[in-house]
Amino acid sequence: MTWINDIVQGITLGGFYGLLACGLALMFGLMRIINLAHGDLAILGAYLVFLLLEHWHVSPFIGILPVLPVMLLLGYVLQRTLLERSLRSGLLVPLLTTFGLSIVIQNLLEQGFSPDVRSLGQNAGSIATSSWQITSKLSISTIGALTLGVAIVIFGLLQWFLSRTQAGRQMRATAQDPDTAELVGIDSRAVYAWATAIAVAIAAIAGMFLAIRSTFFPYAGPDNLIFAFEAVVIGGLGSSLWGALLGGILLGVAQTIGGQINPEYSILAGHLVFLLVLASPRGGLLTLGVGGLRRARAARGVTT
Amino acid sequence: MSAAAAGPVGPVRGAVQRWTRVSAGFTTGFAGLIAAMALVPVALSGNAVQEMTTLLTFVLMAVMWNALAGYGGLVSVGLQAYIGLGAYATVWLANRGVSPYLAMVIATLFCGAVSLPLSFLVLRFRGAQFAIGTWVVAEALGIYVSFDSSLGAGTGTSLTQLDAYSQGSRQNYTYWLTLAMTVFFVGLLFVLLRSRLGSSLQAIRDDEEAAASVGVRVVAVKRILFVVAGLGCGAAGALTLANILFIEPTSIFSVNYSAYMIFMVLVGGLGTFEGPIIGAIIFYVIQNQFSSNGTWYLVALGATAIAFALFLPRGLWGELEARSGLRFMPLGYRLRAARASGEGGPPP
Repeated sequence: MTWINDIVQGITLGGFYGLLACGLALMFGLMRIINLAHGDLAILGAYLVFLLLEHWHVSPFIGILPVLPVMLLLGYVLQRTLLERSLRSGLLVPLLTTFGLSIVIQNLLEQGFSPDVRSLGQNAGSIATSSWQITSKLSISTIGALTLGVAIVIFGLLQWFLSRTQAGRQMRATAQDPDTAELVGIDSRAVYAWATAIAVAIAAIAGMFLAIRSTFFPYAGPDNLIFAFEAVVIGGLGSSLWGALLGGILLGVAQTIGGQINPEYSILAGHLVFLLVLASPRGGLLTLGVGGLRRARAARGVTT
Repeated sequence: MSAAAAGPVGPVRGAVQRWTRVSAGFTTGFAGLIAAMALVPVALSGNAVQEMTTLLTFVLMAVMWNALAGYGGLVSVGLQAYIGLGAYATVWLANRGVSPYLAMVIATLFCGAVSLPLSFLVLRFRGAQFAIGTWVVAEALGIYVSFDSSLGAGTGTSLTQLDAYSQGSRQNYTYWLTLAMTVFFVGLLFVLLRSRLGSSLQAIRDDEEAAASVGVRVVAVKRILFVVAGLGCGAAGALTLANILFIEPTSIFSVNYSAYMIFMVLVGGLGTFEGPIIGAIIFYVIQNQFSSNGTWYLVALGATAIAFALFLPRGLWGELEARSGLRFMPLGYRLRAARASGEGGPPP
């Protein structure tokens, strides 16, 4: 029974990793950007909510609402000013740009908010601490279930956006072949900017959940970023959007089961499962039988 | 491409040459610089010697990262695996009675021995998979080392065996070993790049599939680079330990080393021979001059990285070579044409 409990905890943890990985997968799938600043953008989102709640005593779930448009705008401006220029020169230059951005964000956060470790758990009230006791050995924390639920809703919305709306179709077309997309009148630079805006806003939501579930501090970005990257890589590197969520869940389950064997092994177990999946004959979770249709799409390089 | 330039192509008549007057002068100057650097401990104080050691370890790291990314097209975020491994293997050996400086050399070889089997796993990864995969390997190794209480577990350890030397002689020996290692690895890369392997590497860098189609053994060539980078970064790790004396798993296996390597190489010039060396010097100077300013220094470092990415994506040296047309190290081939059309060979 404890195993079932571990798996359930792992799945909810995976919801968080999936949420953090969502924007990364979108940006990588569309632009081949490895965004090293993604974790720091999530932490920035958490700090913006924190700042708001200092003056406005509401739940963080309300506090995130005005933060979202700010992050959308930030993402849009980032793409238009920094990333767009660096995109012209392959995989490496965006790596340097986002690395620089990551250091700038971390240190501006430290300058503005001090290096103290903070949490929004208090502000969230009972949601952060309560749990549903299903049997004596199986319980689900409210915040865990909520994280997973929000992750599924966001992935679903993004899927709907990409497959059903005009802007989403333009995004998929650009992902497949930006030059041809330009030929049929799509402004690929605008598409990229919107994708980054969405990615940054979702990162802020992930940051808020991190702040409620545990703690955050100005340099917390990279620690969380590697898990998000693992989720993206396991999930097929943005070739499938849902792959990032599934990758996150696999990682979360591996970590909780490893942690059950010995708390020290938790993160190591996640890393080892990641390497195992990657070393499997065709590499990536999607080839482990999760989605034949998606694999066919992945081969064509579509983001959904 | 270089081989094609050697053949009788087209109407241009002339001679293929590797050495130009500039590159001969520059290479001689480089050799002279190395000789002068060996005398640094005679001329400078202990503190300056230690600083020079730091600079040389930066050079070694940057050159290794550039070897992988600039020539092999393998963008890694995980070379800190060998930095940590080299440092910890040195401690492990020294704890078993091996003389510390010998331990550093053996630890370097050990890193090479680890990177060879590891290459069979990670060289299957492509692009971003490789970048993230190598990072995860480094993290996993860092966690694994932190379990070992004989290596100080998570709280760190130091190379106490170096206390047997006086501070001055310890700093000098460490410096000389660092200089020897750096010269050896930079020289090894120079020789490799001038050999047949160098042409293969440039072909792979330009177009991997095309290179494979003309018979370049892509994976074997990448494996050689991967092992060389493992050896070089292992040495850099062992020497970093000798220089700073105390290490912890989280700092010596830190992804920051990769970030610094990316910074040094891209600021200096990716895929150029001299660029990473210039980048390492720039990084060292920035760190040395401004790090006392705390967070604002780091903001400035990040902003510098962004500025280079946006305005000088070829890096300082890459830009200089492209604008001047000069080649400072004799790595590529140049077609010295009889008529005025100028040069043929690709840049190194």
